[in-house]
Amino acid sequence: MPIQTRGEVVTVRRAGAYSVLTITAPGVPELTRPGHFAALAIGDLNTSGLLLRRAFSIHGVQSRGIYGGTIDLVISDVGEGTHWLLQRRRGDAVDIIAPLGRPFALPREPVSCTLVGGGYGSAPLFMLAEQLRERGCRVDIVLGAATEQRLFGVLEAKRSATTVTITTEDGSAGERGRVTDQLEMVMERAGSEVVYACGPMGMLAAVSELAQVRGAYSQCAVEESMACGIGVCMSCVIPVIGDDGITRMVRSCVEGPVFRGERVRWDDIGTVPADTLGAPTAGGH
Amino acid sequence: MTRAVVRFDTGGDLPAPNVDMTATLSTFEMPSPILTASGCAAAGRELDQFFDITRLGAMVTKSIMMEPRSGRATPRIAETPSGMLNSIGLQGPGVHAFLEQDLAWLRERGARVIVSIAGGTTQEYEDLAKILRTQEGIDAIEVNISCPNVADRGQVFACRADSAAGVVASVRRSSDPSIPILAKLSPDVTDLATIAVACERAGADGLTLINTTLGVVVDTDTMRPALAGITGGLSGPAIKPIAVRCIWQVREVLPDIPILGVGGVRSGLDALELILAGANAVSVGTTVFRDPSAPLRIHTELAVALAARGFERLSDAVSFAHREPDLDAVEVDEPEVPEWL
Repeated sequence: MPIQTRGEVVTVRRAGAYSVLTITAPGVPELTRPGHFAALAIGDLNTSGLLLRRAFSIHGVQSRGIYGGTIDLVISDVGEGTHWLLQRRRGDAVDIIAPLGRPFALPREPVSCTLVGGGYGSAPLFMLAEQLRERGCRVDIVLGAATEQRLFGVLEAKRSATTVTITTEDGSAGERGRVTDQLEMVMERAGSEVVYACGPMGMLAAVSELAQVRGAYSQCAVEESMACGIGVCMSCVIPVIGDDGITRMVRSCVEGPVFRGERVRWDDIGTVPADTLGAPTAGGH
Repeated sequence: MTRAVVRFDTGGDLPAPNVDMTATLSTFEMPSPILTASGCAAAGRELDQFFDITRLGAMVTKSIMMEPRSGRATPRIAETPSGMLNSIGLQGPGVHAFLEQDLAWLRERGARVIVSIAGGTTQEYEDLAKILRTQEGIDAIEVNISCPNVADRGQVFACRADSAAGVVASVRRSSDPSIPILAKLSPDVTDLATIAVACERAGADGLTLINTTLGVVVDTDTMRPALAGITGGLSGPAIKPIAVRCIWQVREVLPDIPILGVGGVRSGLDALELILAGANAVSVGTTVFRDPSAPLRIHTELAVALAARGFERLSDAVSFAHREPDLDAVEVDEPEVPEWL
């Protein structure tokens, strides 16, 4: 069950092109599993003109220490809301709801797992890597971004993975190209049975397809824009195939953000496929 | 009539003032005037994680149609100054799944429930009303008539007095006579008062004012409309003055009709503003997206605001802004003459 609390900013520190916000959230660390996210209100709860919460996957948690429970969020300064968040300083208040969503499913057996992160989509993968290793899983990490500046967590990856593969589109770090160019080789070498991925939709689609071809399971955390993060606004829907084989528009915030890759109709995101339950008939709706 | 004085434990700094917060919409009496708004609270389960939904005046459920409905493609929302634009497209599971899963849960939970219904034809509204008639645990029905009318080239029912009244009459006729019917009206009309009067004559026991108002956001990066559905409904504090205007205008022509006010409420003072303009109860909509625990906070803030203005009963504040100018003078005590004069 999520907690709504008035968090206090502990630190905001730079990490390449991004910033890491550490904020108090008593009770949240104990409940957080890798893949959970937090939804932050922008500005004062009663007067701000920016109404929609911003959702960020939880990068790390600390349940003890002088601040009590805190969580770490990776934020990219891309708009008015994230800009406001990154202007906060120690002691400033931010209303926070966490943990939210359905986290990554962890394997019961100590199988080989490959973790793939695009840009700062890698944020939840290091907590995941730690828990997988505690279960005796082999962990290999592939991180990719447009440029070296836009990679996130390379050092953390090196601490927690058997191998780390880096790709950048401009070749400024690691191999030139995209994560999916290297993924097959990494999976082959590691004998991966599960792929965990977080990043842009196009990357998730490619990872999911590759996993399927190789007979591996995939767990993909989607980044879909949300208004509430708690399941009431119906804005973050994507077409997903259910256990009954029927496609429905499902909420990323409560039924995701983590989905089994083969269940998501990646090519149809942004549309309502004609065979979706309750899809518009001629004339639309 | 029993008047339960309900005090909420907010766990905060605010005292719980001794104000009778009972609100009534026609024959439906509630211990609080604060409700959720249709489409902003799903069917209650999600919000029940943040506060006890049985303390609300009522849960107003997301509009339900006969069949399951996928809703529109994404993007479905865009943020606007003090507001948001949405084009969800009435996504929902259809009335049968709603009854089995959502209404059953709400009933078990003990929440008061206003079921919102929507249709593409007058017949669909009527069929929904007949199905709801067989159900226990519904306190009122809200008729969302801001839906495209299939038989009228997609013009929404709420845009014309005759089509609005036609839907209201058929729902009223087909429903349990003891259950109040509220017609939810659109502000996007030339003459709201005429439509309100037509709905009242057609048998509406109350009105919900207002639905969202249409807008478009153009994304300056893609240089295309931001929403897949192009147009969307504007909600949030940005539309509060429009809600107050609509409530005011309708209250002027229908002094006694129950009004459920909706539009941009995020504080107790916002709720009070709608009530003073003529609302008997108030729904909290978009604010819930931002602050899911807001409805109870707003209840308490409203009670404090009423007490501070000398109201012992919420009902005394309803339409108070419409009072005759000389009423203020009557209420002022004669100034006492100081002894030394």
